[in-house]
Amino acid sequence: MSEALLDIEATAQPALWRKALASRNLMIGAALTLFFAGMALLSFVWTPYSVTGVNIAAKLQTASAEHWLGTDHFGRDILSMIMVGARASIAVAIVAVGIGMGLGVPLGLAAAANRGGLLDEIIMRGNDLVFAFPSLVIAILITAIWGPGAVNAIIAIGIFNVPVFARLTRGAALSLWKREFILAARVAGKGAARISVEHILPNVANLLIVQGTIQFSLGILAEAALSYVGLGTQPPVPSWGRMLAESQTLIYTSPHLAVIPGLAIVLTVLGLNLMGDGLRDLFDPRIRKAR
Amino acid sequence: MALLEIENLRVGIGALDILKGVSLQVNAGEIVAVTGESGSGKSMTAFTVMRLLPAGFRYEGRVTLAGTQVLETTEAQMCALRGNDVGMIFQEPMTALNPVQTIGDQVAETILIHEKVSRAEARARAREALERVELPEARFPLTRYPHELSGGQRQRVVIAMAIALRPRLLIADEPTTALDVTTQAQILALLQRLVAEDGMGLLMITHDLAVVADMADRIVVMRHGEVVEQGETAHLLAHMQHPYTRMLFEASRHAVALPEPSVNPQALLQVRGVSRDYPLPRKRLFGPPGAFRAVDRVSLSIERGERVGLVGESGCGKSTLTRAILGLEQVQEGEITVAGQPVFTGTRPNRATRRRMQVVFQDPYGSFNPRHRVGRLITEPFHLLDDPPRGKAREAAIAEALTAVGLRASDAGKYIHEFSGGQRQRIAIARALIIKPELIILDEAVSALDVSVRAQILDLLADLSARYDLAYLFISHDLSVVRTITDRVLVMRAGRIVEEGPTKRVFDAPEHPYTKELIAAAPVLPELA
Amino acid sequence: MLRYAFRRFASLCISLIVASAVIFFAIEVIPGDPARYMLGINAQEDTLAALREQLGLNVPTHQRYLNWITGMVQGDFGTSYTYRSPVADMIGERLWISLPLALYALTLSTLIAFPAGILAAARRGSALDAGVMGVTQLGVAVPNFWFAMLMVVLFAINLRWFSAGGFAGWEAGFFPAMKSLTLPAVALALPQASILARVMRSALIDTLGEDFIRTARAKGLTKRQAMWRHALRNALIPVLTIIGLQFSFLMAGAIIIEQVFFLPGIGRLVFQSITQRDLIVVESVVMLLVFAVIVVNFAVDLAYAWVDPRLRGAR
Repeated sequence: MSEALLDIEATAQPALWRKALASRNLMIGAALTLFFAGMALLSFVWTPYSVTGVNIAAKLQTASAEHWLGTDHFGRDILSMIMVGARASIAVAIVAVGIGMGLGVPLGLAAAANRGGLLDEIIMRGNDLVFAFPSLVIAILITAIWGPGAVNAIIAIGIFNVPVFARLTRGAALSLWKREFILAARVAGKGAARISVEHILPNVANLLIVQGTIQFSLGILAEAALSYVGLGTQPPVPSWGRMLAESQTLIYTSPHLAVIPGLAIVLTVLGLNLMGDGLRDLFDPRIRKAR
Repeated sequence: MALLEIENLRVGIGALDILKGVSLQVNAGEIVAVTGESGSGKSMTAFTVMRLLPAGFRYEGRVTLAGTQVLETTEAQMCALRGNDVGMIFQEPMTALNPVQTIGDQVAETILIHEKVSRAEARARAREALERVELPEARFPLTRYPHELSGGQRQRVVIAMAIALRPRLLIADEPTTALDVTTQAQILALLQRLVAEDGMGLLMITHDLAVVADMADRIVVMRHGEVVEQGETAHLLAHMQHPYTRMLFEASRHAVALPEPSVNPQALLQVRGVSRDYPLPRKRLFGPPGAFRAVDRVSLSIERGERVGLVGESGCGKSTLTRAILGLEQVQEGEITVAGQPVFTGTRPNRATRRRMQVVFQDPYGSFNPRHRVGRLITEPFHLLDDPPRGKAREAAIAEALTAVGLRASDAGKYIHEFSGGQRQRIAIARALIIKPELIILDEAVSALDVSVRAQILDLLADLSARYDLAYLFISHDLSVVRTITDRVLVMRAGRIVEEGPTKRVFDAPEHPYTKELIAAAPVLPELA
Repeated sequence: MLRYAFRRFASLCISLIVASAVIFFAIEVIPGDPARYMLGINAQEDTLAALREQLGLNVPTHQRYLNWITGMVQGDFGTSYTYRSPVADMIGERLWISLPLALYALTLSTLIAFPAGILAAARRGSALDAGVMGVTQLGVAVPNFWFAMLMVVLFAINLRWFSAGGFAGWEAGFFPAMKSLTLPAVALALPQASILARVMRSALIDTLGEDFIRTARAKGLTKRQAMWRHALRNALIPVLTIIGLQFSFLMAGAIIIEQVFFLPGIGRLVFQSITQRDLIVVESVVMLLVFAVIVVNFAVDLAYAWVDPRLRGAR
């Protein structure tokens, strides 16, 4: 029977909404993320200019009233390209994280439910194996066989996300399996699958949400890198990574071509990371003390 | 002059006052025990003396330790005091040592911090300190790592670190709470011996009144951050003034009024020759893996309405046996039946059999899914029923279970974190009762509760067993509790039942040497005048 | 310790075998007929037959796999179809740019991250801590190739401290060669250092909350002594995991960043090979990358055992 050093029972906690609004990280992060997500959605219905038309006469202009962010070497409006590029980055990242979670979480739950058994061993080894192949290498393999493209980028990033979520879920689930309320559920006759869904999953959900936002931001970085080297989104669809690749030779004369897409990436990723930090603090106030 | 003098100590954080004017004194060669229930502030007092509380607390009053004003001195001076003039040992020996350093280095470090000696000499003195705490060189060289030692052995190492420089005062914060009864007796004897040899003062924090009555020269009783009563042990035990002190001691030796057992006994649970093996990790690449026999040909039986106790120390196999009885684990040998029906058919547990048994666990904080409401939590066993009640019938069942354990039907809509430890155990009992089993297994169900709450839960248990004609198997390491709540008791050790018989007989006249050892080791609360 | 090392080595061998099987399957089995894939749809039958012969495609699959493995072990990675030269030679000289670059970046990353993370944890809540957290928050959001581009503009064009690209060559001497790798290594290192610093900080903070730190303080150690002598080594355990992971990201990052600096490393080779459908080169490069990652993780496993005695003895 221990006496906690600070044995103050949790008094009524303010509602989750209030705490969320009070979190600076969460608010700024959400604002940034929603800004770019909003741009991406808007681009489906409207962009200031078309991104496929080439207008050499207007090329390489800096910011002006007609082109808020300027134009590139083909005369395309940079703001429009950023908006459509947002679409590509976000879509690839979301689906990749979706694949990672969709496959990884059940694998992790199954491994933990089996703890120590053959299935657990197989899943762990599988994780280690996939970890040996960075996203880029998987992308290289896939594009070598099936050619480059956004879909292949999604698959490559998605495959790498699976062991990330599997390992996280397994670790959290393993520590939950030892708790007495799980034992109580077993005494009530519930099987491993049912327990995993009813008891384990809701208690790891918070962890998954936080990790999901982090993997989302990593996905955006990965997509940009793949597009930069030509393995991701293919022309004529604009993507931030490829805009950076095309800007490289002109960087000394028209730096805005490189700075703007780079900033877009940085701000989106920053927004997601801040949101992830904010969510983590929100879900577990104990961690706030340790930060 | 007193070694330690605390005068009117007030400690708070923010708007909250935690210690509200504590005064006590420890003299050389004296053992002062500070006791009370959880939240009384006893540990906080100890940490304040060492000034080991995190930042953000505010202090008032005076604490004089070996001539130094603790509350006003600098951190550097406190570092000079700690380990040198005053040592401290803590509750959890399993995590108290640095896992990546040898025990020799850790003990020698105390010496090297405070005195300018060579590493060789520090190690020699560390060796001496380890010998003093009864860890001889042959089995415990300085190169041992903590993970190679048991809980009791690690606590000895912690004590060695604390007394290596023969401090004038030793503070012990619940030093034996996490240990077995026999180990506890050894560690307490060790502490008493060190006090006698060094003329040290010992400030001991403990909730166990029997230990206090046994060991302490003076007792300080705390509650809600205040000292309620203090005095010399014999005097205080004979002339308790404060009603809280009286309540505390009475609750500690609370004798449950067990109703008479039912007249028509039939066999309910029968365990025959059960063995359970755990495979060990492979030592060699080829060859069969070894096995560890956790339960070794155990046989026991419980009749309807009978109240049986099972005592044993950690590692004796009682948890494994419990899980086997509940159908959670397969057995390698033997069989388990409830009312004649086997628990397992083939490899699958029998639902019909399992619904006759339920369980209450030890940890009131870990026994419930924090995301579910009480109503959902206590109806979990409905999963064992072929046709669980729904709608109104379900609500009625929930209400009945909650009121039977002394709570309200409206509590079904709350979350578990809204309840105290004692209330949570009541909810756990409600969960065990709801499908009207015939046998309830209580696995250390009151061990984590405060003494006053414990007495209430034990009374509840006795009442329920009579009302519902329940049999129960009460598993505990706490002999005094088992003595008061059971008709018959079994003693388990290393996977085997070494003795069994009527409770009174086993406790008054034990036959097996291990039982005798257990009973001798357990501290007993003396009768009040 | 030996037993642990042996078990990890066995694990390494199994990983290598499985990884090679996966790569082989992906490259040589999935596309169906590699020869037709490489030559395109309109290839002539006799050209196809010749290529199949050259690639050794006319033996059963498992035999091809074994031939490939034994070839690699002997240093023969086949012949590139596009360049008609031994792949081993092509990769060899380029590997000596990509690999040192990744290791250079790993070293820089560790050298920056450790002090930053430790200081931030030691002075938690201070302005220094806030500063470290702010900078690293930005650092993890920056794509390393973009950062590289900006650095080229600043350091090579404006300040003229470094050249804007190209590799001096090892024949020019160790330092000139390393100098041409410096800007790329820094660009790679900064985002990874940000991640590592944060991990170091949080691992240290977590460790500082453990019971044995309290015991150390009760012995009379100051907070700083407790951190350096007790907390740090325990905090290394999770940090080592991240370092191992980082190496694989750095190898991938090195490949990408070569495009910014026009370094003749593996990156350009493999991307051209993909475009030219030269499967043999792709296969060998991927195998080598995976091999490097697995070996580095093995080294990390051994480092674990050095830090944590619980892993060593089987007691």
